[in-house]
Order: sequence, then C-alpha cells, then structure tokens
Amino acid sequence: MALMLDPNITDPDGFYDELLAAHDGLSAAESANFNARLILILANHIGDREVLAAALAAAND
Amino acid sequence: MVDMRYSTEFTLYPYTKQAAPSDRQPVVIIGAGPIGLALALDLGQKGTPVLVLDDHEGPGQGSKAICFSKRTLDIAHRLGAAAPMVDKGVVWQVGKVFHGQDKLFEFNLLPEEGHRNPAFINLQQPLFEKYLHDAVVAAQSGGAPIKIRGRNRVTAITDQGAFVTLDVQTPDGSYQLEADYLVACDGARSPSRDMLGLSFDGRVFEDNFLIADVRMKADFPTERWFWFQPPFEGAGQSALLHKQPDDIWRIDFQLGWEIDRAHELDPARIRARVDAMLSSQTGTIPDYELAWTSIYTFQCRRMQDFRAGRVFFAGDAAHQVSPFGARGANSGLQDAENLAWRLDLVCKGIAAPDLLDHYCTEREFAADENILNSSRATDFMTPKTDVSRQFRDAVLHLAERHAFARPFVNSGRLSVPCIYDGFTGFGPDALNGPAVTRPGAACQDAPVADGFLLDHVRAGFNLLVLGDGVAEPVTAAGVTAHIAHIPTPTPALAARYLGDHRRAVYLIRPDQHVIARWSDFDANSIANALRATIRQEAAHGADA
Ligand SMILES: Cc1cc2nc3c(=O)[nH]c(=O)nc-3n(C[C@H](O)[C@H](O)[C@H](O)COP(=O)(O)OP(=O)(O)OC[C@H]3O[C@@H](n4cnc5c(N)ncnc54)[C@H](O)[C@@H]3O)c2cc1C
Repeated sequence: MALMLDPNITDPDGFYDELLAAHDGLSAAESANFNARLILILANHIGDREVLAAALAAAND
Repeated sequence: MVDMRYSTEFTLYPYTKQAAPSDRQPVVIIGAGPIGLALALDLGQKGTPVLVLDDHEGPGQGSKAICFSKRTLDIAHRLGAAAPMVDKGVVWQVGKVFHGQDKLFEFNLLPEEGHRNPAFINLQQPLFEKYLHDAVVAAQSGGAPIKIRGRNRVTAITDQGAFVTLDVQTPDGSYQLEADYLVACDGARSPSRDMLGLSFDGRVFEDNFLIADVRMKADFPTERWFWFQPPFEGAGQSALLHKQPDDIWRIDFQLGWEIDRAHELDPARIRARVDAMLSSQTGTIPDYELAWTSIYTFQCRRMQDFRAGRVFFAGDAAHQVSPFGARGANSGLQDAENLAWRLDLVCKGIAAPDLLDHYCTEREFAADENILNSSRATDFMTPKTDVSRQFRDAVLHLAERHAFARPFVNSGRLSVPCIYDGFTGFGPDALNGPAVTRPGAACQDAPVADGFLLDHVRAGFNLLVLGDGVAEPVTAAGVTAHIAHIPTPTPALAARYLGDHRRAVYLIRPDQHVIARWSDFDANSIANALRATIRQEAAHGADA
C-alpha cells in the first residue's frame, strides 16, 4: 500500500476542529505529550513500515 | 613489579616463578577473564597448545556481569563447565516493568519447552569465571595443553611479521615470549589496543548507574523488576532489582550525568536509597548488608577491525556495550568460540590463515548488532532531547492501557546469538525447513529420547542426520564431519529442524552454527559445503 496523500477524510473542517479542540486547555508541554501519544496510536494503526517511512519523509519535505 | 590494579575474589592462578618458555607458542592469550578462559579451554580441548597471561591471580572482586544467557550456557556445556553454573545460578524467566507505582506489563522469556538450559541464569561473574577455571583444571589433568600464568603482565607487543614478540613483566622481572598468534582478551581498557596504537570509537552515554549488591533474606520472587521513574525516593530515572545466588540482590539506580561520585558512593547515602526502595516494596526495611557497590558510566563502541596482523581482539577489548541486554560477556563468549576452531585448524596446518579473517567479518557484524540493540535501549532509558523524552513518556503512558505500546518499552533487549545470514562459507539451504535452524544460525537444543540434542553434537564438525536413511561421516579439506544420527526425532526436534520434512541432514560447525542443510544425504554436496567453510569460499551448492 502506498502512503495516501490525496484527500481521504470526509468533513475535513470538522476533523480539524476536533484536533484543535483536543488541545484546548493544554499547556505547550501537555500538547507535545498529547501529540506524541497520538502519533504512536496512529502509527500503530497504520503498521506498514513502508507507509510509515513515506509519511516520515513527507512530513520532512 | 606487577602492582595489583584491583583486589581479587578468589586466587585461581597464583604466580609461580618460571623460566621463559623457550619455544615459540602457537597461541598466547592476554587476559584470563571470562573470554580468555573460554577461548583457552576451547583451544586446549581441541589439542592446540595455549598460554594465558593475566596480571592478577583471579577474578576481580564484586560482580560486573550477573545475567548469563542460554547460548552462553550451551557453549559452557560443550566446554564441560555448565553444570555448576546452572546448579548455582538463579534461574529466572519472568520480568516485570513498572512505571512509577504502576505495573506496565510482564514478560516470560522461555515459554518454549525442551531446552536443557534455561533462558537466563543470574550468577556472580567471579563464580562464572571460577567454574570456567575449574573446567580448565579438569581439562589440564586430562592432558589438555593449557597454561595460565598469574601476575604476568604484558607490557609490549611487537609484530614481527612471521610471529609476535611480547614483553612480560613478573614479580621476578621481565621476559620475552614469541607467539604465532596473539589474542587480546584484556578487557574494555585493553592495554594491548594502546600498545598497538589502535582506536576504540563509539558513544559515551551521559549517565551514571549506581550498582548496589545487597545481601538480605527477602521473599521477592525470582524475577527481573525494572522501574521507569521509580516511586521511591532518590532512585533516579530508573531502577532495577534482580536476584543472585547466596541471598544477594542486585539493585541499580540511574543517577544521571552531573553527580559527585565520591558523595554518591558514601555507604550512608546508598543505604538511604536502598531503604527507600525496600520499604516502598515491603513496608519495612529488612536487615541487609551492602556486599558491593560501584558507579558505572556506559559506552557503546568497537574496534574498527578485530584483527591487526597476528593479533586478534575478543570480548570487551574488541567491543563494549551498555549492560542493558546482558550483551557483554554473553557476546564475548561467542567471540571466543568463533575464534577457537579457526585458530585450531590454522595452527594444525589444516586450514589456510584466511579462515581467521572471517572471525572478524562475523564478529564485527555481531558487535554492530549488539551495539545497535544496546544503544536503542540506552536511548529509551536516557532520552537525549525533549522530544525523545516526550515519545518515551508517551510510550510508558500508553503501555499501561494498550498492548500495542508495550513492545516499544525498552529496558534492554536480552542477548541472543546472532545469525550469520548470507555470510561466506554458509549454505546451501536445500531444505524448506524452519527459519530458526537456517544456515548461519546457532543450533537450537531440543529433546531427544535419551536427553538433549546438543549432547549428540560432538567436538569438531558434525553431520546431524534426522530420520531414516544414509548417515556416514564425510571428509573434505582435511576434516571429517562426525555423524549424529537421530532416527526418530521427537515432535519438538521435528518442529525445530524438520518442518514438513521426514528427513533432514544438517552440517554443523565446531561452534555449533549451522553451515548447510539438505532434505537428503548427498555426500558430494556435503563435501563441497564442508570444503567451502574451511576454505571460506562460496559453497557450490548448485544442486540445492
Ligand atoms: C555493571 C556491569 C554489569 C554487567 N552485566 C553483564 C551481564 O549481566 N551479562 C553480560 O554478559 N555482561 C555483563 N557485563 C559485561 C561483562 O562484565 C564484560 O563483558 C566481561 O567482563 C568481559 O570479559 P573479558 O574477558 O573480555 O574482559 P575482562 O573481564 O575485563 O578481563 C580482562 C582480563 O585481562 C587482564 N589484563 C588486562 N590487562 C592486562 C595485561 N597488560 N597483561 C595481562 N593481563 C591483563 C585483566 O586483569 C582481566 O583479568 C556487565 C558489565 C558491567 C560493568
């Protein structure tokens, strides 16, 4: 499977809202910790090492 | 004069005044630590004369290593030294990992049945060395040509091209010695390395670990307990509790980088830490005494090349890892057995010296694997940046609730032998067999009708024949592979060596790594594979 870089989330505005809302009331440090947990959870869900490697590369681009 | 750099636990090889040996020695080993002793024992049992020089008279006081792996015990078993180790050692296989007060998870190392030796034992390093030395003494009385000289310090090494000259200092003055081959097993600070001007590069981990071996009667279970962010005062970033024989418990505290060593080694201060740990676990402070304490920093590094002309490096002299994963002595023992059979064949004139080069290729690869594992564990335990700490803490946080995060938790990946996949001198793999016993792997033990498989694998090269059919020794390039025939394999043996097959033939090196395997006995192909191993060429197993 290749890394999905085309739109794939229905209701992007709604998700974006939810993502920001999850950080409401968190300090910068708490947000950083939250993000780290989220990344690990999502990465595990994806699982595929090639997709993960492609995502790391895309994020660094 | 040979001053003592440390005090010794036992006197095993007391100094005796001796004339310098006038004959050139085939093999001289510097250092009678675990690696030098194992190498000497292996060579001597094969009949190759070996002289060991150590500047002390026995193992140093206090235990560095405590965890010895199954592979180490299998090697020690082949050398006749394992029985007292397993008898005395504390067998453990359950580990628990805590984060603060909470248990994150536990693991069991060897759910698999049918191995003579346990996954790990805990044993004080001086005892491990004593048992190896006992086996040396037993081998000597059986005629094995092994000599050990205590308080003989090597002070200079000169490579003469065709041989090596050593300057040796003793309490009665100095002498010189010539050797065909020299093996430096002189530890992490290896003076030999310095004498030859060789470097030892790698990473220092900016952290200090306080080790307290505590003698007490306590009924903690025989398990490895590891805490991240321990809930008891003064424990630092992490702590470890692990049982050794004789009611000794190893306790480790990760103190960080900026510390005052002398202050932290103050027994009263150490006792305060130990008290806090014990009382948090038991509610009281049991009676205990501090048997041994020390502060370590750790490094991961290796020599670029494990060979310099006629000088080989093995054990800590060649590579150093952090102890998380118990990969120091355990991997050094694998160096020793990898080098022993090669030196034996070369010294006897059976194999060309090229055979020795592949000690380096194989063991440098193994060292990289160990360093990688050890560095990753250390990076997890001692996060170097804010973001690495955030991910580390995220893993610990998630691991409590979710199984997926537990495999990320790294307090050391315990030593397993490395597999020489794709190296010269292995193959063919002409059996669609289980991956665990593929060419390059160390033989797995398995139950057989009268005990264990590894008892049937004798010294030297072996042909392990499983199931009915032809089983005859094969000779090539001056060596003969002995037959170990198991006509009716047990189910566990079949699962590890046969897979779906009813028959299999395995060619096995003297260090019990699988060279090649076939579904049938083909004397020609076996001879080719044997020749390829000894001459270190690609196997012509085209018939595979
Ligand atoms: C805290 C700690 C915990 C550890 N835990 C484990 C563990 O659980 N499991 C594990 O496998 N490993 C562990 N290790 C690593 C293990 O202790 C080493 O890997 C092991 O001691 C290496 O053995 P060696 O024979 O290569 O060297 P050493 O044991 O260092 O022996 C070298 C010998 O050479 C001698 N020598 C030095 N210079 C000269 C000279 N010029 N002339 C003559 N002789 C000389 C020395 O006196 C010494 O006897 C641990 C290490 C530490 C520090």
